[in-house]
Amino acid sequence: MKILLSGNEAIAQGAIQAGCSFYAGYPITPQNEIIAYMAKHMPSSRTGVCRTGKGQSQGVFIQAESELAAINMVYGASAAGARAMTSSSSPGISLMQEGISYIAGSQLPAVIVNIMRGGPGLGNIAPAQSDYFQATRSGGHGDYHLIVLAPACVQEAYDLTQTGFDLADRYRVPVMILGDGILGQMMEPVQLSTKKIKVSLAKSWALDGCQGRKPNIIKSFFLREGALEDANLKLQKNYAIIQQKETRYEGLFLSDAKVILVAYGTMARIAKSAISQLRSAGKKIGLIRPISLWPFPQQPFSIKNSRVKYLVLEMSYGQMLEDVRLAVGGRREVEFLGRSGGGVPSEEQIINKVKKIL
Amino acid sequence: MIERIIIAGSGGQGVMLLGKVLAQTAMLEGKQVTWFPAYGPEVRGGTSHCMVTISDQEIGSPYITEADTLIILNHPSLEKFKGMIKNKGLLILNSSLAKIDADVKKKILQFPFTDIAIRLGNIKVANMVALGCFVAAKKIIKVKNILKVFKSIAPTGNLKILEVNQQALKEGLRLNHD
Repeated sequence: MKILLSGNEAIAQGAIQAGCSFYAGYPITPQNEIIAYMAKHMPSSRTGVCRTGKGQSQGVFIQAESELAAINMVYGASAAGARAMTSSSSPGISLMQEGISYIAGSQLPAVIVNIMRGGPGLGNIAPAQSDYFQATRSGGHGDYHLIVLAPACVQEAYDLTQTGFDLADRYRVPVMILGDGILGQMMEPVQLSTKKIKVSLAKSWALDGCQGRKPNIIKSFFLREGALEDANLKLQKNYAIIQQKETRYEGLFLSDAKVILVAYGTMARIAKSAISQLRSAGKKIGLIRPISLWPFPQQPFSIKNSRVKYLVLEMSYGQMLEDVRLAVGGRREVEFLGRSGGGVPSEEQIINKVKKIL
Repeated sequence: MIERIIIAGSGGQGVMLLGKVLAQTAMLEGKQVTWFPAYGPEVRGGTSHCMVTISDQEIGSPYITEADTLIILNHPSLEKFKGMIKNKGLLILNSSLAKIDADVKKKILQFPFTDIAIRLGNIKVANMVALGCFVAAKKIIKVKNILKVFKSIAPTGNLKILEVNQQALKEGLRLNHD
């Protein structure tokens, strides 16, 4: 049976069903429903795995005193072996960057949800996609990456949150779920999975008591000569595998398209509406919707047709545009339409732009 | 089929709930549906709105720029949204709290939803009178399914609330639609 959930609630429910055993967060619009849902449901969820691996414990919910505290609590919980998550919106995610860098440097899994709002600064609470650079270029210091997943509907928000926990554990990297205010607030029917949660993989590296074994060490501080470079090379090797194996995208009408729209998240939904109008008027328009923003899907851009043109659509001013240009490699024309700060490109604006390009 | 509905009124009039009942019912009938709320600093007494799109096909943006139907429960909301109705669209208006002159560009159904609700003994059910009025005019969802949704979301142990909502819906369905 389907139930009606907002994107925020679906992310929270997805996390609980994925065995999230620790959540810390600090309120900010437009993602407050995640915190509210976790506050209500985490203490009664029996998904948390005891550190002994025997039996299950209650999930832990903490409303932290700040975003800095929240991300560092996630850092600690993850080091201790928990499936840990936090969520925030743009300005709060900026505050978390130091902690995210430490988590990445310490090779720890975590899920971080960013339901983006307008910026820069305190901005406003309108939906936006202007944190793309921050999310995909490692927003904090140092050479690191997050796996960034961008759902476009509430069902996908639910599904990708669960995927996010699995990827985080598999590769020991932080995973970001990147949505916008529309996705977070909108309600849609969701089919809940009935899959039983697998007990989390044994985390041999976790700090869960070292009686009878050598102590584990988790750190992002490497002073000995050559040690940091070794650690970084290990990260880079991991990233190369992720780039090879974990790209995700949706392609529509790519075989006959003369103009291919490129959009992610909410923007891709509006693009789809424009495409169905344009195609019913006989115009050959396609869509590439990156689902993983990092690693960015290169493969769909290797289309043989030399006359195909791309139109990148964003609720920001040309951020994903750079990745599309890199993927296209100067071989095709790449056009752009973007609005931000509360403005969202409309179907009509997309259609007009496409007609100009055709 | 695609129906884009904007529901607006004062905070506390139950516009969000009206939209959720519509959305839940559409979901129950296997339709595609999105419900999108105003999520700014809405407060009791200020205006509040939500946008519901019901369709047989995948829905693009949940944000509505041109509505097939406007359901308006107070005057400030009428002023704010009257320009967002499409040509020949339907305006359902709570004439207890807002008035509008006849207009060839839209179909207008205006009834005193709030007064009807007061007569039923609970001013809060004006939203469900309006819902009845909408369903009788557009018939895109079935009344028996709305009643199912009522039952599933009504607080347990307070049969009176369920009953007055059912009555309100029936009053709305009965309103004249020529």
